[in-house]
Amino acid sequence: MADNRVVGIDLGTTNSLVAYMEGDKPVVIPGVDGSNLVPSVVALDPIPLNGGRPTVTVGNSARRALIETPERVIYSVKRLMGRGLEEVKSELKLFPFRLAADIEPGEVPRVQLGDLRFTPPEISAYVLRQLKRNAERFFGAPVTQAVITVPAYFNDAQRQATKDAGRMAGLDVLRLVNEPTAAALAYGLDRGKEGTIAVYDLGGGTFDISILKLRDGIFEVQSTNGDTHLGGDDIDNLLVAIALDEIHAEHGVDLRAHPGAVQALRKVAIDAKVLLSTEPAARFDFELPNGDSYQREIPRAVFEHLIEPVLDRTVNPCKQAMADAGIVPEDIDEVVLVGGSTRIPAVRRLVDDLFHLAARGKRPHIELNPDEVVALGAAVQAGILAGASKTTEELLLLDVTPLSLGIEALGGVVARIIQRNSTIPASATEHFTTGVDGQTNVAIHVVQGERELADDCRSLARFDLKGIPPMSAGLPRIEVKFLIDADGILRVSAREQRSGKAAQIEVKPTYGLTDEQVESMILDSFDHAEEDFGKRLLIEARNEAGSILSKVEQARANPAWSQLRGEEQAAIEAASHRLLHMKEGNDTAAIRDATLALDRATQRLAELMMDAAVTEAIRGKTMASAAEELEEDLTAPHPMAPAEFK
Amino acid sequence: MANALDSAIPVACWSCHVAQNDLTLFCSHCSKIQPASAGDFFQVFRLRRGFQIDLEELEREFHRLSRRLHPDRFARASEREREWSLADSALLNDAYRTLKDPLFRTEYLLKLEGAEIGEQHAGKNRPQNATDVSRVPPDLLEEVFELNMQLEEMREAKAAGAADPALQANLEGAKKKFDGLVDAVDEELRRQWKTWDEGDAPAREAAKTAMVKLIDRRRYLSNLVRDVTETLGA
Repeated sequence: MADNRVVGIDLGTTNSLVAYMEGDKPVVIPGVDGSNLVPSVVALDPIPLNGGRPTVTVGNSARRALIETPERVIYSVKRLMGRGLEEVKSELKLFPFRLAADIEPGEVPRVQLGDLRFTPPEISAYVLRQLKRNAERFFGAPVTQAVITVPAYFNDAQRQATKDAGRMAGLDVLRLVNEPTAAALAYGLDRGKEGTIAVYDLGGGTFDISILKLRDGIFEVQSTNGDTHLGGDDIDNLLVAIALDEIHAEHGVDLRAHPGAVQALRKVAIDAKVLLSTEPAARFDFELPNGDSYQREIPRAVFEHLIEPVLDRTVNPCKQAMADAGIVPEDIDEVVLVGGSTRIPAVRRLVDDLFHLAARGKRPHIELNPDEVVALGAAVQAGILAGASKTTEELLLLDVTPLSLGIEALGGVVARIIQRNSTIPASATEHFTTGVDGQTNVAIHVVQGERELADDCRSLARFDLKGIPPMSAGLPRIEVKFLIDADGILRVSAREQRSGKAAQIEVKPTYGLTDEQVESMILDSFDHAEEDFGKRLLIEARNEAGSILSKVEQARANPAWSQLRGEEQAAIEAASHRLLHMKEGNDTAAIRDATLALDRATQRLAELMMDAAVTEAIRGKTMASAAEELEEDLTAPHPMAPAEFK
Repeated sequence: MANALDSAIPVACWSCHVAQNDLTLFCSHCSKIQPASAGDFFQVFRLRRGFQIDLEELEREFHRLSRRLHPDRFARASEREREWSLADSALLNDAYRTLKDPLFRTEYLLKLEGAEIGEQHAGKNRPQNATDVSRVPPDLLEEVFELNMQLEEMREAKAAGAADPALQANLEGAKKKFDGLVDAVDEELRRQWKTWDEGDAPAREAAKTAMVKLIDRRRYLSNLVRDVTETLGA
């Protein structure tokens, strides 16, 4: 069972999470630091290479490096996934991405970290590998299969890049799930609801709106729309840009030349933004490199005025999605808010307006943590694929393709073959012929998008149909089948019908890595994977054992110790002794068992200590304020974590 | 699409080897998924060919088949079962998308019945410009000519940033009128559906011819309405 666990991963612009189904409930798996969120930040360690492989840090520790060594750190790489050099250029004005200088047109752009270069999928693979390791540590077993979420509005290339990243991280990606759909799944699971729901997902870097119909456990997406370059990042950039301008004007310092200072300023801006969701005003207080200080008060009204143009960009996609689903706001029974940016009160007002909520006595759903709901939904989908639980057995997700698929026809006009919002898998069959006698090749240009001209759409790939038997012009009849699979990724096959020969297809993705390139970028060599994994688990088990042993040692001095009965003390002594002994050996399972046994033996001790702490905390306070404080401090202990002794 | 009934070769289930007939997505004996042979969209839902469809029933059947065919149900199955599930679900989804929409369904069945439809279904390609005079239904020739002049004027006025309330009102009136004509076509289409579904061979032939004309007229009218809406909204 533990060997074929499928995890659900939310690979976010700002933060990433991994979750799994614990029985009938999706649960987020925390990292070693106890935090559920792993910041999608990757830092190249400034130490020499380790056996030819660069050493990288991911998450909170990488974020800390952002200010000290910004040239070795990258964040928000999701914005670059599956994109070409031309498309990426507009991002460079706003993000400190440093691209390698010698990228050929059509090549996947590489970012420079220190003196090494990485493709965006490689960076994402490091984040995925961290999540994979967190899950493996949690389960005590290898994790090789995952469901990964993507923005619903991601195109073919962006989806493929995400799948490539999974493969590089050593994960078999069983399914890509659209983020808003995953969120609906997490909500729908709790409620067994029927009706029409809209999911408004404003994350760190992407915006999605999806409209779904729930019926008999079937989640049928009716329409989806969005903007893959719109999110909290844009708000941060606005605040940073304003501060940079004011600092330049007032203090004559151009911080743009100091990447580390810009990153520090960015952190101040993000803190202010977060504060403004709950406070009427926030303060910028920032020390400049020359010792001066830049101070500014931002009232919420000013902030809301500033971000209005950003938020307004979500309006049209919502209207289009409703039009495509053939519904009006009154048809929507529930609205679900997803993504950290939906904590902003102005966003909630906009959503209320768009879907006429307050007027109908309704409120958007925010019961599930907007940072976690997508990962939880991914875990549910993982459960569906694994067929592991009764709850998920009845559920089925029917998603759609967000963008129309077309072929470039004569004159550069697009002939649509699969309409946007078609339920996937979806297919279309087209017939082609030759224009010249004896012609043996036919080229097909496939594009994705809603515009009339191929040049205005996203070029997906050029297919070269080869090996057509030489015939008079117009005589061959080549049947080409386009199929969009359940991940939203295109597959093409072709057949010459008169000769019955399968035509050979050569696919040239417009932007993307070849199979061989992906293969060469796989992070961990599989040869030693099993052995390495075993070693890592042993080390981790020993660390955990050491940690609980030292806590027990400290607890002996606690007054609670003397409250234990004699046989309870003896049981703890015996369990400690046994663990000390096991810890010296190489049997990971035995160490874990002994750790758990000691944990169980100290259960009552932990409770006594906890009670004492609570009494201490409540003394001299009203019940309400004490309860509030306790809520923050005393979250339920993690099932696998050693007992906490504070 | 070739008709499955043209080929008389019996197909056997890959798993239990019991012979299958018709377009079969599951073995009638052991229930295992089967590779979709060529067949039409009505066969996917085991429906008799007809223009009138119970949409509630169609949706229920779509959900029932989705539960059995969707790739999510085959995540742990063999490679070839996964491939079949993908192909079968695509066929199911394509069939549902076509049959649930009254216009797509009408065009699809007309084509199955050998009718020549000018363009492929309505939403597929951006239709030709409504100003293409050769395609104007004769009874509308004069009005369309007038409308096109007004549309041109409106575009020029908008480009110059000038408002022309009288013209605006004229165009809004025209839009209403053409919307009404579209509704009239739809009503006539529904009558012909019934004639075809319930009639004998000669009645069917007549209904088919009528529907081909109606579809053409409808497409023309809705392009016109779209042009007016776009010009008004621009």
